[in-house]
Amino acid sequence: MSTAQLSRRGGGHGRRIAGVIWGAVGIVIALAWVFPVYWMVDSSFLPTATLQKSTPTWFPLGGTLENFSHVLADGSFLRALGISLAATLLTVVVAIVFAFFAALAVSRFRFRGRRSFILAMLLVQMLPAEGMFIAQFKLMTAWHLTNNVLGLTLLYAAAVIPFTLWMLRGFVAGVPVELEEAAMVDGLSRTQAFLRITFPLLAPGLVASAVYAFLQAWNEFTIALVVMQDNDLRTLPLWLRGLVQASATRDTDWGLVMAGSTLVAVPVILFFMLVQSRMSSGLVGGAVKG
Amino acid sequence: MSLIAPPAAPAAEQAPPRRRRRRGGWAPWLLIAPTLVVLVAAMGYPIVWQAMTSLRKYGLRQQFNPDLAPEWVGLSNYAHVLTDPGFLSVLARSILFCVLGAFITVAIGFALAVLMRRVARTVRLILQVALLLAWAMPIAAAMTVWVWLLDWRHGVLNHVLTKLGFDAEGHNWLASPVSFFIVALVIVVWASVPFVAISLYAGLSQVPDEVLEAAEMDGATGWQRVRHITLPLVRPVLSIVLLLQIVWDLRVFTQIKFLQDAGGVASSTDLLGTYIYRIGVGSSDFGSAAAVSVVMLVLTVLLSFGYVRSIMAQEDKA
Repeated sequence: MSTAQLSRRGGGHGRRIAGVIWGAVGIVIALAWVFPVYWMVDSSFLPTATLQKSTPTWFPLGGTLENFSHVLADGSFLRALGISLAATLLTVVVAIVFAFFAALAVSRFRFRGRRSFILAMLLVQMLPAEGMFIAQFKLMTAWHLTNNVLGLTLLYAAAVIPFTLWMLRGFVAGVPVELEEAAMVDGLSRTQAFLRITFPLLAPGLVASAVYAFLQAWNEFTIALVVMQDNDLRTLPLWLRGLVQASATRDTDWGLVMAGSTLVAVPVILFFMLVQSRMSSGLVGGAVKG
Repeated sequence: MSLIAPPAAPAAEQAPPRRRRRRGGWAPWLLIAPTLVVLVAAMGYPIVWQAMTSLRKYGLRQQFNPDLAPEWVGLSNYAHVLTDPGFLSVLARSILFCVLGAFITVAIGFALAVLMRRVARTVRLILQVALLLAWAMPIAAAMTVWVWLLDWRHGVLNHVLTKLGFDAEGHNWLASPVSFFIVALVIVVWASVPFVAISLYAGLSQVPDEVLEAAEMDGATGWQRVRHITLPLVRPVLSIVLLLQIVWDLRVFTQIKFLQDAGGVASSTDLLGTYIYRIGVGSSDFGSAAAVSVVMLVLTVLLSFGYVRSIMAQEDKA
């Protein structure tokens, strides 16, 4: 007993030093992780002439908004923003409505084929777009849906529904059937009970899965690259790639490219931070807890 | 292929119906119908097309001449692809890349999760915000920044390395395949660590403090506590995160595409995704592209099987 106390007290000083060291390690790692994000924003405020100096400019002191006005000048950003918004919002609506129906079926009913359906969703969720995009490209061509927001939406919806369904299923299962039944005992119909009791409790789940679907569709690159080949119909990630490529023949105008990246990234980052706790618990809940 | 085709045939239902759940007649089928339609249209059909095309000769000539029906050639696309040293090295690279990437990501993620448990609240908050910022970065935006960081003329990386005394001035990191892949690995790990670290941190929060304190009282060192208490307790979470990471790193595409745009030699830096893109969209050799895609899908299903099975096991228990 006394030796244990002794070693604890003896360790106290060392522990404090260790705590400081680990704290410092934590800060350094945090800085390393956030640096690319910082560097994007920093560079977006600096004129290209400054960026091409031999020493980097670590802080955007005396920065300018010129890069932003340049990048917005030809209207291609706003066009891409429009395409991205259309495809993303359509995807979110389709995915949430469809996945919500399916989540109800899976968690409220026990039907023939339920288990196979769940198994199929889990497997489909793992399938890489890269292993299918050639066929999807041919399909879109056959249906005249290349360079079409609806075609992109169809592929996006299929890509996000399985996981959205999985997330929503967890939320639906979290609302006890007893609640609904109690309401029915009190005289509500099944539909009424669902709409008045269960649905409001599901709101956080619907928001979380909508955000997941939104971020997936908004940031998607691979499928868009294959389906949207017309330069006037590019989504934001494709537009960004175009921006790098357009200036790559000359010496890249990094200020301009970083301003474009900042415009694409910052709204998403803010959105993500706003809802992140729900988002990560949803992701972990779906991926880890099942 | 039937494994990954959409669920047309209902399997025999063996679990006894639970008291609370209704059979509901047609209702559940009506509810899953929209999902089934979307998935069959956008994935089922392409997978079937792909399986069939992989058995046919389907190149540029068949593409532009509708009268020239693609001829059935059996497994010859597979034979061709699987004996092609070009493809085999792509396959080997992809497998090496995803295994290395996943293990490094999970190792760093776990270390960060343990670190977050140890440090003071402010430091933990700073770490979490930094990880979230990196996690929230859209992949295309992240790639433009990384390419800028690595830029051989004005990039920060070369500047800092030169300052530190290395001979890095004007060094092009993307020119040699080895350094290209190291760069790609760093970027992929950077982007995937936040999810792993934050998930594992959530898992670690379930390890009771009392247990760790008791172990400390008994004289266990920090490393021993991690090794014998924390690690076994988060093992289930750890293995699922690792599996997901392997599957996700097998499909890495955007990172490679951007780095290739920025100066990597495509033919020696392709992974499976960009390889399929190059022979399919680029060279219109749809037969071979389909065969490679099928190989990639089968590989994914084999890899995912453990994950899916563990989740199904929980599902059956529920």
